[in-house]
Amino acid sequence: MGAKVITVTSGKGGVGKTTTVANLGVALARMGKKVVLIDADIGLRNLDIVLGLENRIVYDLVDVVEERCKLRQAMIKHKQFDHLYLIPAAQTRDKTAVSPEDMVRVTAQLREEFDFILIDSPAGIERGFRNAIAPANEVLIVTNPEVSAVRDADRIIGLLEAANRGPGQLILNRVKLEMIKKGEMLSANDVTDILAIKLIGIVPEDDGVIPASNSGIPVTLTEGSRAGMAYRNIARRLNGEQVPFMDIADSGNILQRITKLFGNSNT
Amino acid sequence: MNEQTIAIKGTRDGLLISLSETEEWSQMTDELAAHIDEKGEFFNGARVTVETGTRPVRKHELASLRALLERRGLSLWAVQSASSTTLDAASALDLKVSENVNAVRGEYADDDDIPISSEEDGTAGLLIRRTLRSGRTVHTQGHVVVYGDVNPGSEIVATGDIIVWGRLRGNVHAGADGDENAVVCALDMMPTQLRIAGYIVTSPAEASNDPQPEVALIRDGQIVVTAWR
Repeated sequence: MGAKVITVTSGKGGVGKTTTVANLGVALARMGKKVVLIDADIGLRNLDIVLGLENRIVYDLVDVVEERCKLRQAMIKHKQFDHLYLIPAAQTRDKTAVSPEDMVRVTAQLREEFDFILIDSPAGIERGFRNAIAPANEVLIVTNPEVSAVRDADRIIGLLEAANRGPGQLILNRVKLEMIKKGEMLSANDVTDILAIKLIGIVPEDDGVIPASNSGIPVTLTEGSRAGMAYRNIARRLNGEQVPFMDIADSGNILQRITKLFGNSNT
Repeated sequence: MNEQTIAIKGTRDGLLISLSETEEWSQMTDELAAHIDEKGEFFNGARVTVETGTRPVRKHELASLRALLERRGLSLWAVQSASSTTLDAASALDLKVSENVNAVRGEYADDDDIPISSEEDGTAGLLIRRTLRSGRTVHTQGHVVVYGDVNPGSEIVATGDIIVWGRLRGNVHAGADGDENAVVCALDMMPTQLRIAGYIVTSPAEASNDPQPEVALIRDGQIVVTAWR
């Protein structure tokens, strides 16, 4: 068997990669899965903060790669879930401290023990991105419903195809229904029209996300959060369950209307 | 020159060149070229009407015939034919057309059973069987055919025509070496920027809700976009 390695990437910065990794990690752990999260954003680490684990870091990914510690020593256990771990990025180095081969080697050591390995890719299309996708079995591309984010996602999908990791699945993050209705924001159909890849989730804009990130408790753990529900659904889809987009109806009729607006934009 | 296959005579409107309906096209145009070369300056500056009978002559064949004549100082301005393929090709090249009523229509009805010689000139091309995504560029001598979309942020530069069997949203430059006969075709034409030879246009800001196949070409010194038939 072995773990499924899923890389979360976007091209553009600030679209919600780290938030997505943290929430999917927590959601999968809540489902009883054994999960390890790897922060590949060397030099600009964030995932530890969003998970509330910053003060527990002793060793990081670069220490592992340069053999200053054992892999096990760099794995930080989550406060709430026993089978959720984080391998943090180094804050003092840059992307060249790790190579794509290193990433393949590290994930190979983890595959036997875990169900899911989620990799948080840095923004951009350079070395850090190449590191992050090297071991991937599957790639999730996070984008926002705006033209520049979609343009970058398109570029990323092209690069994934060229690297034989494509085409990947799409997460449309920070969707505002009110703006779509006014025609000020791209709809899911507009985005999938351009990108022509499978949509695995639509995450509505949610004011709860930023305070959740700041406090280190991902929004997935907040019952009644619309974004949290969307992430839980994506996690179930990653686990192979068929979760129709309609299923989020019970969290309020705004979401019902979202799904209706998005129409039959698949699964 | 074989008098049965090519006849040239002077008329009120200039030269009338009649080409055989059955002779192999490229061989015949070669002969015509040789004959004109033989006569030196004799035909220089002449305005030419070509008569092709029922033969379906395709646009690129007509275009290369026009180029062949132009290189020798003759200008092709009209086509007489009984074939609708030929007439359409002539109109697409902005040539004056006149249906030749004397010829028997549909004797060997248009197209299809006339083999296209693999030796024909000017058909070098690149076939791309996927969508071009942002950041991808294609530069080529000859034509480009894309089975897929051309997304914003991608670019195609070709010395010949560009044909997109999908949505065209990126930058394209046809006739990049200055060929003003080059065209751009797309099922849904909304390029960021479209260039043919030295001309350049952008798309209207409003996207059409009901896209139609369209062709962009140079007419009267500007790029025009019309329905692709």
